[in-house]
Amino acid sequence: MRLPDILRFARDAATGYPVRTALSVLAMSIGVAAVVLLTALGDGARRYVVGQFSSLGTNLVIVLPGRSGTGGFNPANAITSTPRDLTIDDAGSLRRLPGVRRVAPLAVGTSEIAFGGRLREIMVAGSTAEFIPIRNFELAQGKALPEEDWNRGSPVAIVGAKIRDELFPNQPALGQLIRVGDRRLRVIGVLASTGQGLGMNTDELVIVPVALAQAMFNSNTLFRILIEANSREAIPGVKDATLETLKQRHRGEEDVTVITQDAVLATFDKLLGALTLAVAGIAAISLAVAGILVMNVMLVAVTQRTGEIGLLKALGASGENIRLLFLSEAAMLSAVGAALGYVFGQLGAFVLRQVFPVFPAYPPDWAVFAALATAVGTGLLFGVMPARRAARLDPVQALMRH
Amino acid sequence: MALIELEGIDRSFQLGDTTVHALAGLDLRIAAGEYVAVMGPSGSGKSTLLNLLGLLDRPQSGTYRLEGRDVTTLSPDEQARVRSARIGFVFQSFHLVPRLTAAENIALPMTLAGILPAERERRVAQALRDFGLEHRADHRPDQLSGGQRQRVAIARATIMQPPLILADEPTGNLDRHTGEEVIHLLEALNANGVTLVVVTHDAALGARARRQLVMEDGRLKQDSTVP
Ligand SMILES: Nc1ncnc2c1ncn2[C@@H]1O[C@H](COP(=O)(O)OP(=O)(O)O)[C@@H](O)[C@H]1O
Ligand SMILES: [Mg+2]
Repeated sequence: MRLPDILRFARDAATGYPVRTALSVLAMSIGVAAVVLLTALGDGARRYVVGQFSSLGTNLVIVLPGRSGTGGFNPANAITSTPRDLTIDDAGSLRRLPGVRRVAPLAVGTSEIAFGGRLREIMVAGSTAEFIPIRNFELAQGKALPEEDWNRGSPVAIVGAKIRDELFPNQPALGQLIRVGDRRLRVIGVLASTGQGLGMNTDELVIVPVALAQAMFNSNTLFRILIEANSREAIPGVKDATLETLKQRHRGEEDVTVITQDAVLATFDKLLGALTLAVAGIAAISLAVAGILVMNVMLVAVTQRTGEIGLLKALGASGENIRLLFLSEAAMLSAVGAALGYVFGQLGAFVLRQVFPVFPAYPPDWAVFAALATAVGTGLLFGVMPARRAARLDPVQALMRH
Repeated sequence: MALIELEGIDRSFQLGDTTVHALAGLDLRIAAGEYVAVMGPSGSGKSTLLNLLGLLDRPQSGTYRLEGRDVTTLSPDEQARVRSARIGFVFQSFHLVPRLTAAENIALPMTLAGILPAERERRVAQALRDFGLEHRADHRPDQLSGGQRQRVAIARATIMQPPLILADEPTGNLDRHTGEEVIHLLEALNANGVTLVVVTHDAALGARARRQLVMEDGRLKQDSTVP
């Protein structure tokens, strides 16, 4: 029997029993849709977190004041007291290290901003011209902080998008004189809106020269030093050199912590990757169940069509012919189910992305491939037994049942 | 050389703890081109004989030579090939595939044999004309009358041009007039050289055959040839 004829015969046989065909196709499609959708969720979560971390900047090395116990990333560091301050000069000393592209010192605090009678609480980030490129921020208008001596601190500010909207609803922000704390500053730039992320929310941020921020908050210390390495490969070298340089500057005491974005990222990536895999595994169970359903449907089909099998044998069909016919039918049920499930799954993921635009719910390719392969595989596997049973039927017995 | 040679054929069925001898020590030779009617009371073994001749069943003992070749020892797949090329079946209850059209039912043996679609179409078109079914090609069996269904079945049985046609009570489900039409069709095939074996318990139909076999309890009670 020729392959197109086998397929056509199997297709007609399947469509000849719409209810049981629809049922097994549905079961298979639910299984595949579950895998596609759940892995889209899992991988979406992974991408979201990884994306948030990446949005902090690329090839980032971060210096925190204080020494962490393990030398690794420890959120507790953020609130421990600092034995020795990180200074603007510390940051400056890192600028010429090999493999370093940019350095930005960062001092932060909260303050009030006032303009034209309007007043609001804001977050102030004191830094330098390179802060914006390091953090991958974008300017909507105006220009970056001036390239000047880091210890100078011109009275200028860059404001976040939301602050601009609230303080200057119907006039240009650039060039306006605002009051931040007890300083009068000129607005030289406006940040592009970024929304809520893992890092700071730039929409309610005011960026000023680092020396100015320190003066405003009456402190000499830095919150962080941000370093951008030339490349991913340069990160370990930059980390070691930074640690060494700061140790020398701090009289041989290793009182800072240097973390790389890479290490944190890799941990989250692995963790959420494993989660996706687990979710895929659970969803795959429904595929196995669907496979068993296909088997039962095919067993029923063999019983229902016993007379037909006898007839085919009388007309010259070999056992191999009969086996192929029933196997193709099982494969067809699961393949159509898989295709439908794929469409449903992608549709579900699409809806998810529409409802939660920040959440990149795309099913990973491996999961889609595995789901489709498993669906067709189980369909074939569970189709073998009914097909063999059909092929072994005694033609006379089968004909008598017609 | 005889087309069919049966020697000492035994076929028995186990029913509970009694053994039914459907065929017992049967010897039979049928030459190519013969027209044979098999008659006898119900349960005498007519269908069992026909199934055996059609390689749908195997005897417990004895040999069956078809065209000089011992076919009882063939593997199931080899037997399938013999059925495909050498034997055509016509059944009492037509045995058409309900979801296939008349044309598709007629083409089925060719489809199973892997004959190319163009050749299938050509032969089916010819068969539809030969059996007066031109306007029924796309009808499904439930849209056909009994006589039309049996004509489709006969067209299907002949589509591979087998030298042997086996018909088990082909008129059993038809009224007298339609039954006669069907018998005429089968006889026309025989007139063209096809060997025809028809099971019937209608004496009038049986009398039309040149050779009549009467069976009883799995044995040949009578084997008469009209001169
Ligand atoms: N598959 C079977 N199982 C058990 N007994 C059978 C089977 N086929 C036929 N028989 C028995 O063999 C005998 C002959 O049957 P059969 O050839 O069908 O007779 P006929 O066609 O002449 O009416 C009957 O007694 C029948 O009951
Ligand atoms: Mg019978």
